[in-house]
Amino acid sequence: MTSLTSPVSEQDLIAFVYTETRLLDELKFEQWLALYTDDAYYWMPLAHDQEDPRLHASLMYEDKLLLQVRVERLAGQRTFSQQPKSRCHHLLQHPTIERDHPDHQPDQGRYVVRAAFHYVETRQDSQQLYAGWSTLHLVEHEGALRIRLKRVDLVNCDAAFGNIQLFM
Amino acid sequence: MGNYRNNPDAIRALVRDTEVHKDLFVDQELFELEMEHLYSRTWVYVGHDSQVPNPGDFITTTVGDEPVIMVRHSDRSVRVLINRCPHKGTMVAGDACGNTGKFFRCPYHAWTFKTDGSPLSIPLKKGYENTGLEQCEASRGMAIVANVRNHRGFVFCRLSDQGEDFETFFGDALSTLDNMVDRAPQGRLEVAGGVFRYMHRCNWKMLVDNQTDTCHPMVAHESSAGTAVRVWEQAPEGTPKPMAVELYAPFISPYEFFEGMGIRVWENGHGHTGVSDSIHASYSSIPGYWDAMVAAYGEDRTKAILGDVRHNTVYFPNIMVKGPIQTLRIFKPLAADRTLVESWTFRLVGAPDLLLERTLMYNRLINAPTSVVGHDDLEMYERAQDGLRTRARSWVNVGRLYDPAEHGQKNIVTNGTNEWQMRNQYRAWARYMTQGMEDAA
Repeated sequence: MTSLTSPVSEQDLIAFVYTETRLLDELKFEQWLALYTDDAYYWMPLAHDQEDPRLHASLMYEDKLLLQVRVERLAGQRTFSQQPKSRCHHLLQHPTIERDHPDHQPDQGRYVVRAAFHYVETRQDSQQLYAGWSTLHLVEHEGALRIRLKRVDLVNCDAAFGNIQLFM
Repeated sequence: MGNYRNNPDAIRALVRDTEVHKDLFVDQELFELEMEHLYSRTWVYVGHDSQVPNPGDFITTTVGDEPVIMVRHSDRSVRVLINRCPHKGTMVAGDACGNTGKFFRCPYHAWTFKTDGSPLSIPLKKGYENTGLEQCEASRGMAIVANVRNHRGFVFCRLSDQGEDFETFFGDALSTLDNMVDRAPQGRLEVAGGVFRYMHRCNWKMLVDNQTDTCHPMVAHESSAGTAVRVWEQAPEGTPKPMAVELYAPFISPYEFFEGMGIRVWENGHGHTGVSDSIHASYSSIPGYWDAMVAAYGEDRTKAILGDVRHNTVYFPNIMVKGPIQTLRIFKPLAADRTLVESWTFRLVGAPDLLLERTLMYNRLINAPTSVVGHDDLEMYERAQDGLRTRARSWVNVGRLYDPAEHGQKNIVTNGTNEWQMRNQYRAWARYMTQGMEDAA
């Protein structure tokens, strides 16, 4: 990550989103996880417009420890659901800066960026398409942008799915 | 031409003392016979009455492959109707849940039905005068399921008029549901927090089989639970153990632990793992919960209720209940090689929210389509579904710790790695599959 000028420019924020997604598509999960703050959460709600991640179920609501478990598991010798491995690809809509979001406070080094996506996850002969949008809550940390919250809303979040093994 | 219709001897021959034939998992004719016979003569879970608190409230679901509506009738009883307009066949209720008011109105031609299924009105009824409508099925309203039982909120039905009564079918097995309800300081549960719907490309019985399979966690879940423990061990000393690690870690307990916790085998395919101990036994206490329980039940009774730490209880044919963690999973059969797994969670009414939070976390970590433990299991089911296609081998083994003396015994506690409970399920399968065929013959 190149060093930032403060306040962070719109171009930097958008470039960050593309970088984050590209690391996933290149299966560089350790590098991807390094973009998250230590107190970060990755949240994939189960309900449309869901507000509560604790007293309502979510597909994922993972802190950094649980994300680390996933990343290490994906590389594990006895991770049979990854033999053979999954691959993924994101097609992003051009990200937008969410200026009206209460957490978007450039003065305080906090930003909210949204990117709609089509996401494909493949394994063996199966290819699954998911559509939705990600909302990234970013903070400046030691001269770089970091993710404090990534919220992934699927259009059909409440549908019956098979295995979703990678990260959207 | 199939091999099994009207051939109870051929079906019985598929279940040996210690083996079951692969056709149970791959044969579509057997699947259809299961829907006609097994799922009609057993008491099948429909839903929880907290999903329909008020008159007119309904949910739509399936019993086997029958589309049904569970609805709170005007007399406040819970009814089960077949979700089909008697007129043209349209499913009358479309939403997963809702309130229909005092009656159901078919969206196609506006025929209406009371919430007990009886006919209410037909537009332009004159046009049916002297047509013999009253002799037709269509005049009798929506088909109802006559045999419905609500056990402390859990609604079961038996589609067939033939078969065992509710108490005979379940016997002592209802004690797990009772314990889960008793864990609520106010003695009742509410469905809460949403439902995971997880599509499985495998036969429904693989999931039932897996619930009392205590020899797979330390192998299949090494990748998930094992990794969780390893990552946690790298945390600085003194870091409080996160709830997620507490939930994951017991999955990789050694064989000895699972042997020691025991399995109880009831009649008719029901049974549970975790008799004297279980993977749910050592969770941290939830602040305020013990006191709320003691206030409601007294200390001795509270100890007895919370001391019962059953792991997985199988209610044959297709649900599994975890009392200590307040979850219920339904294995909905869609085809011989396709199953929809629904994982429901309950709030213990009167208990602190943190208990529901733990329940939801458990469900998310273990039972979601995004769950790494779920990934481990589904991979094994799908590999089995594919592997069973071979013609080189025909049998699946369930013989671990088999003893010829076990036949005819009931309500037995045995070694926690005994596959007796699996055998119990398959023996019940053969019985309920063939009973109806013999009655019809």
